[in-house]
Amino acid sequence: MIDGVIALYIFMLAAFTGYEVISRVPVILHTPLMSGSNFVHGIVLVGAMVALGTADNTLVRVIGFIGVMLAAGNAVGGYVVTERMLRMFVTAGRKKGQG
Amino acid sequence: MPNGSTLTQLSYLAAAFLFIVGLKRMSSPVTAVSGVRWAGVGMLLATIATLVFMGAPATNLVLVVIAIASGGALAWVSGKRVAMTDMPQMIALYNGMGGGAAAAIAAVQLYRGGEPGIVHVTIAAVGGFIGSVSFSGSLIAFAKLQGLITKSVRFAGQRLLNLAVLVITLGLGIAMVSAHPAGPLVISLFFVFALVLGIAMTLPIGGADMPVVISLYNALTGLAVGFEGFVLDNAAMIIAGTVVGAAGTLLTQLMAKAMNRSLANVLFSNFGEGAAAGAGAITGTQKAIEASDAGVMLAFSQKVIVVPGYGMAVAQAQHKVWELCQLLIEHGVTVRFAIHPVAGRMPGHMNVLLAEAGVPYELIADLDEINAEFDTADVALIIGANDVVNPDARANRASPIYGMPILNADKAKNVIVVKRGQGQGFSGIDNALFVLDQTRMLYGDAQAAMSQLIQAVKAAG
Repeated sequence: MIDGVIALYIFMLAAFTGYEVISRVPVILHTPLMSGSNFVHGIVLVGAMVALGTADNTLVRVIGFIGVMLAAGNAVGGYVVTERMLRMFVTAGRKKGQG
Repeated sequence: MPNGSTLTQLSYLAAAFLFIVGLKRMSSPVTAVSGVRWAGVGMLLATIATLVFMGAPATNLVLVVIAIASGGALAWVSGKRVAMTDMPQMIALYNGMGGGAAAAIAAVQLYRGGEPGIVHVTIAAVGGFIGSVSFSGSLIAFAKLQGLITKSVRFAGQRLLNLAVLVITLGLGIAMVSAHPAGPLVISLFFVFALVLGIAMTLPIGGADMPVVISLYNALTGLAVGFEGFVLDNAAMIIAGTVVGAAGTLLTQLMAKAMNRSLANVLFSNFGEGAAAGAGAITGTQKAIEASDAGVMLAFSQKVIVVPGYGMAVAQAQHKVWELCQLLIEHGVTVRFAIHPVAGRMPGHMNVLLAEAGVPYELIADLDEINAEFDTADVALIIGANDVVNPDARANRASPIYGMPILNADKAKNVIVVKRGQGQGFSGIDNALFVLDQTRMLYGDAQAAMSQLIQAVKAAG
């Protein structure tokens, strides 16, 4: 179990980390990066899975099911589009190396 | 032998580590793909560990698997199929789904009642509120960029109405938290009003501001996920959500700054309403040019600076643009691409498209690098860009975009503007660049115009 104050520490350190990691990203990667961070919050999937997994009545089951579907969409879709975008940068980089 | 719970916790630790390493690696074009793959490995680990060790009853487990398979499959197919030009709205859509999932977790916690402390209930409600707003708001942003909603809905007293919806939502939230466990009616109303707020907030915002809005909702979803992570005692969600919340906030600020607007301005100002008044100041006529003449002008230049914009994205003209530029390079012309931070619909949108076409990085320059070079350029070739090259932003205090950093295309000896018609840009503002003496307009769809220019340059050489 995460103690309240410990959670605040995690919150604070994670906020600094996010800020620092992003502040060094060049403008050309901003769209893929927004997409990448969009993928990362797809971790909400594990929370939705637990919510549905522990459901004990129909209402909660329905909401949990929708939640897991949405979260899976966030994670999978976020990954697919980010990877597609970034792969193009690699191709462009290789062409540069060859030419 | 560690038990399942410990293994799950360890998988979350690994996921959090991999997410941060992944984001870090995305900060360089060379390592970026491996970055998202590392993050993907983290996601997979956490998902599998949760599925295997959460010890849910069999019926629920089956439901979990069905939900993941169906939601994941839909997103996989749509994500693989979507054209590069439509990426911004797909990001908005997937982001909205994440917000919706966070809201669903909050709803489950709140409907379930039980005996968690007031702090937990409050945080669950706050996360649910933010997630709901992000969910419905992102869907509206998606619909707008996809062209499903073409008008910005604005009416008198709109802000007052939005404020009323906000106050009611917060009131319901407070009633719900203080009465916990609250009845299902109050909880349902709370979520309905939060969803309405997201719609009402986003409807009046113009398409040009959508990148900032999507970025904001991305940050908000991150925050909502972080809050729900706290409620569920889930460290991976707290860390990943907060990292995205902070990173997204920074990204939103960078974007708003590039447009010289404050976030409050984007969200509440109903941009574009005052544009008609300032627009009358522009006098002069646009002078058309034939593709053949434009081709000759380009072929015999020393240096050409290409300024791509949303028009290039819409016409899918990036491949033709690069074909034309390669032809010019063979002619001994120095070619550079000038990218405005908010060209297209998202920062970096143009870079993604140019990368898709295979344009090498070293030809691409951003605003600060390139602005000094327009003086030495023979031709500035504007392809479907408008507001980002409007010199009124520098000179005309009455202009709604006054103060926005722009590309100084008007400093080039000649300017060729490829544009679909004589209409105004996304912001609805007239462009002083188009009526300058050295400017010629090449009307037509960007892709067709590029084909004509390629023919003309071939004929000239």
